[in-house]
Amino acid sequence: MALDSKVPKGPIADKWTDYKNHINLVNPANKRNIDVIVVGTGLAGGSASATLAELGYNVKAFAYQDSPRRAHSIAAQGGINAAKNYQGDGDSTYRLFYDTVKGGDYRSRESNVYRLAEVSANIIDQCVAQGVPFARDYGGLLDNRSFGGVLVSRTFYAKGQTGQQLLLGAYSAMNRQIARGKIEMFNRHEMLDVVIVGGKARGIIARNLVTGEIERHSAHAVVIASGGYGNVYFLSTNAMGSNVTAGWKVHKKGAYFANPCYTQIHPTCIPRSGDYQSKLTLMSESLRNDGRIWVPKHMEDVLAIREGKKKPTELTEEQRDYYLERRYPAFGNLVPRDVASRAAKERSDAGYGVNATGEAVYLDFAASFERYGKEQAKIHNISNPSEAKIKELGQEIVKAKYGNLFQMYEKIVDENPYETPMMIYPAVHYTMGGVWVDYNLMTTIPGCYAIGEANFSDHGANRLGASALMQGLADGYFVLPYTIGDYLADDIRTGKISTETPEFDAAEKEVKERIAFLINNKGTHSVDYYHKKLGKIMWDKCGMSRNAEGLESAIEEISALRKDFWQNVNVPGTDTEYNEQLAKAGRVADFLELGELFAKDALVREESAGGHFREEHQTPEGEAKRIKDFQFVSAWEYKGEPKDAVLHKESLEYENIEVKERSYK
Amino acid sequence: MSGFFKSSIGRKVAMALSAFFLMFFLLQHLSINILSVLNPELFNEVSHFMGTNPLVQFVLQPILIFAVVFHFVMGFVLELRNRKANGVKYAKNNGAANSTWFSRNMIWSGLTILAFIGLHFVDFWFPEMNTKFIQGDWSGTMEGVEGFRYHEELVHKFANPVRVAAYTISFIFLGLHLAHGFTSAFQSMGGTAGRKKTLQTIGKAYSIIIPAGFIFIAIYHHFNH
Amino acid sequence: MDLTLKIWRQKDASSKGQMVDYKVTEISGSMSFLEMMDVLNEQLVNAGEEPVAFDHDCREGICGMCSMYINGEAHGPDRGVTTCQLHMRMFKDGDTITIEPFRAAAFPVIRDLVVNRSAFDRIQHAGGYISVNTSGNTQDANATLISKHAADTAMDAATCIGCGACVATCKNSSAMLFVGAKVSQYALLPQGQVEAADRVKNMVAQMDLEGFGNCTNTGACEVECPKGISLDNIARMNRELMKASI
Repeated sequence: MALDSKVPKGPIADKWTDYKNHINLVNPANKRNIDVIVVGTGLAGGSASATLAELGYNVKAFAYQDSPRRAHSIAAQGGINAAKNYQGDGDSTYRLFYDTVKGGDYRSRESNVYRLAEVSANIIDQCVAQGVPFARDYGGLLDNRSFGGVLVSRTFYAKGQTGQQLLLGAYSAMNRQIARGKIEMFNRHEMLDVVIVGGKARGIIARNLVTGEIERHSAHAVVIASGGYGNVYFLSTNAMGSNVTAGWKVHKKGAYFANPCYTQIHPTCIPRSGDYQSKLTLMSESLRNDGRIWVPKHMEDVLAIREGKKKPTELTEEQRDYYLERRYPAFGNLVPRDVASRAAKERSDAGYGVNATGEAVYLDFAASFERYGKEQAKIHNISNPSEAKIKELGQEIVKAKYGNLFQMYEKIVDENPYETPMMIYPAVHYTMGGVWVDYNLMTTIPGCYAIGEANFSDHGANRLGASALMQGLADGYFVLPYTIGDYLADDIRTGKISTETPEFDAAEKEVKERIAFLINNKGTHSVDYYHKKLGKIMWDKCGMSRNAEGLESAIEEISALRKDFWQNVNVPGTDTEYNEQLAKAGRVADFLELGELFAKDALVREESAGGHFREEHQTPEGEAKRIKDFQFVSAWEYKGEPKDAVLHKESLEYENIEVKERSYK
Repeated sequence: MSGFFKSSIGRKVAMALSAFFLMFFLLQHLSINILSVLNPELFNEVSHFMGTNPLVQFVLQPILIFAVVFHFVMGFVLELRNRKANGVKYAKNNGAANSTWFSRNMIWSGLTILAFIGLHFVDFWFPEMNTKFIQGDWSGTMEGVEGFRYHEELVHKFANPVRVAAYTISFIFLGLHLAHGFTSAFQSMGGTAGRKKTLQTIGKAYSIIIPAGFIFIAIYHHFNH
Repeated sequence: MDLTLKIWRQKDASSKGQMVDYKVTEISGSMSFLEMMDVLNEQLVNAGEEPVAFDHDCREGICGMCSMYINGEAHGPDRGVTTCQLHMRMFKDGDTITIEPFRAAAFPVIRDLVVNRSAFDRIQHAGGYISVNTSGNTQDANATLISKHAADTAMDAATCIGCGACVATCKNSSAMLFVGAKVSQYALLPQGQVEAADRVKNMVAQMDLEGFGNCTNTGACEVECPKGISLDNIARMNRELMKASI
């Protein structure tokens, strides 16, 4: 099947408006007869469920957590971008579009990104109307901060809990519709397959995670909003339950999976402390606004610090290497995430890592304490303030901005970041790849949509900070509710979809057999044993930098590990009770397939772009080197074994932006 | 409005309102009783006024009784409901880690106070009612006592050390009850953060002064006559 | 360090549960409490036993899923943290740790340490929202000025993660801190004013219906709340309900 991205014709600034003016609509009376399934209730799924229900569709929403409010969007800290230009610093829709395409290393679809930038301002209006308590300045206006990879302040925030507040906003909109009966909420349910009837997505098979019951749910369209697949690495900043299952199941039923190798490794996470570690904790990138990143310049200092003979605060300015400021004078500590992460890895690989594992760099706020302190002393008319006073005043400002992050750091690491620099290291955070979708956000299965992080769409090869929240809400509030109507307009006479059909029978049978197999296998290794092994292969060979040899062996190793899993996995308990191991086994089984496709995708992409860094393709200075021939989206078609997947290319044309070497120097 | 007092918060507010009335009563009761130490004659005058004034006797006294009964019954009902809301008990519960003993045990300090009120009624109120309503003697005098009888009766009661001890223990519980109850009543009525600090200070002072005052009076009369 | 764990085991909602003793060894102080539980579970799975079920997801203290009553306190002995952010350095070698589910009649046990907190969702359905449709035509976000103080106070209330520690801690199993926080967030913002009266009435009514107990202002919830939600929110809710009713 040839890929048709269905991008409307016309100038980029008018595409979305024109498109909306000409699509088919469903009249309100008919919407009542149409059901939509939404899998996942994070920012994308939550906002889509609420908006579709407001419009009049009957929505069935599914979450594996015990409440929609717990989806992992809640953990996003820093903020959400919007081209409001409230700060008057030259922001505009075009500039947000430009920054996003450039930040994504020219590997995203122009029309989608422009639409995203266009609706970004509406998101802020909508969220404020919902009662989201964004930070305000003393005049009562909304405050902004700046984020990596851009030159304007366009990020709106609610302390260090922006994702939480936006999700609670979407959740509140859902609550209103749940109360009206327009959303039927299925908490503690997991989608285990999509049901295709007559070539269209018409329902799902879900498992009730409390009782173990397998349920059939039908609908006129199915929306996948299940987030990203960072947990393929075992250790990531994702939630423990975050998984690829929903996306992978639709892939296996015909939806193409795009750019799986584009993974974002976030630069500011708390370093790993031991083998028992179950997850990594992110510290908002906004910290880079006020923190300076460095490692010691001299190896003897590194060793002295590791042995505890020296403290980082004892090093003079001359003995420190502010490597981001050195390498990228224009953007300094605010380079995009992929650049910052690789630079940290480069220093650590060179032996300059500052903790016992050798995988940590410093994030230092001392300069900010001083800068803010002096400013505050002026404001409060304190003449000749002492150094201690300046530090104290400065710390108050930093505390107001990032207090919760500093507190979190102290709880985890047991060091006071006000007194000693933080230690950070990159960790897997976000996956730009995902289910391929067209301009309508529809997958290659008619009637099956993918939104938010679950789709591949808007971030290209690297996502800029504070853009994930923007995309999730843009898809859910302002894009999908329009585009899905165009498809559902043909379904007004279809009537209720029956679940008593051979297609549902077959899908349910398949799901049940798989569960029965896992439960009855009674092998020798726990699910986590396999997950950890997979994670290690992924991190070592498909991590921050990759090469052909490593990727080839990764494909073989993952394939062998998967075989081992299906022979020797041990899932305790039964399938008719609350059984977390069983749920996890199903998710890891899917990761074991995805991981292989991931490696294959990375192997085929013979270039470096954004989060995908191939050692064979770098500039003499060690920067990522894009190759024009790879200016396309890799969309993979499932053919049984992941390594047999067939590649379809969607070529990317840039008509409104000049493709340049990405430079942050 | 009627729905309001059926809600959990409405009941809380009702508890607080009755508490306010009772706290005001305690204050005036102590103010009068302290006169028995400072100025027995004035104490007699005021006691006679309170004991014979129709407004006090037929309006305020029934309100007081209603407030006491209401506060007790509502407190008991809420306690039962709250216990029901608990479900299975914890095997290990470290309440001291997050709250004071007296805030968690209002029901026990309350029951102690209730028992005390029983004793107090037997001591003073029943005889008083007997004299006034059954014997019809509203004179405020008694044989062998010059002037009004109230001071003499008071002094007489506190001659018994057991009674003094019982009163003292009861007042300590009253203090504990007030130590939480005072600020709690304001919180229930929606007292805000700005006033909190001052309120807490006043609350502390109140919950010490009131019981300490009563204890002082009992002990004073026990040892001085 | 080596530890003895006393853990509540209960097969399902209708079964009777009991405390069961386990031993774990070589626990590092840098482990989170849940990582310690992972060690136990891996041990149980490898021994062919059923692992201890517990709720957890983000493991960074924000989703509100984790919910353990540890040594008699919701989320354990540390302050300002959820169970997932509680670290083992709070304990000593040889300690016995008692681990129970969050208890309340309104939070029935699903299995072991997993409880059903859907009562919280239903309270939110009753009014935890501002009725605004997604139109793209709402007024500009800066059209209504909101004082920094009001925005910050609303934010402080809105940081509630809905974990239920307040209910678990409360000797009365009262949910007023949770409900008060939501009522406060909207009561403090101009957007929330239009529906304020109905909101507080409906949410309180639903709270009562769910069988939560009554607040007696012990303040335990505020101390144990991992997000430091203030008791002032309960006072504000009381005021809002009085205002709405009178």
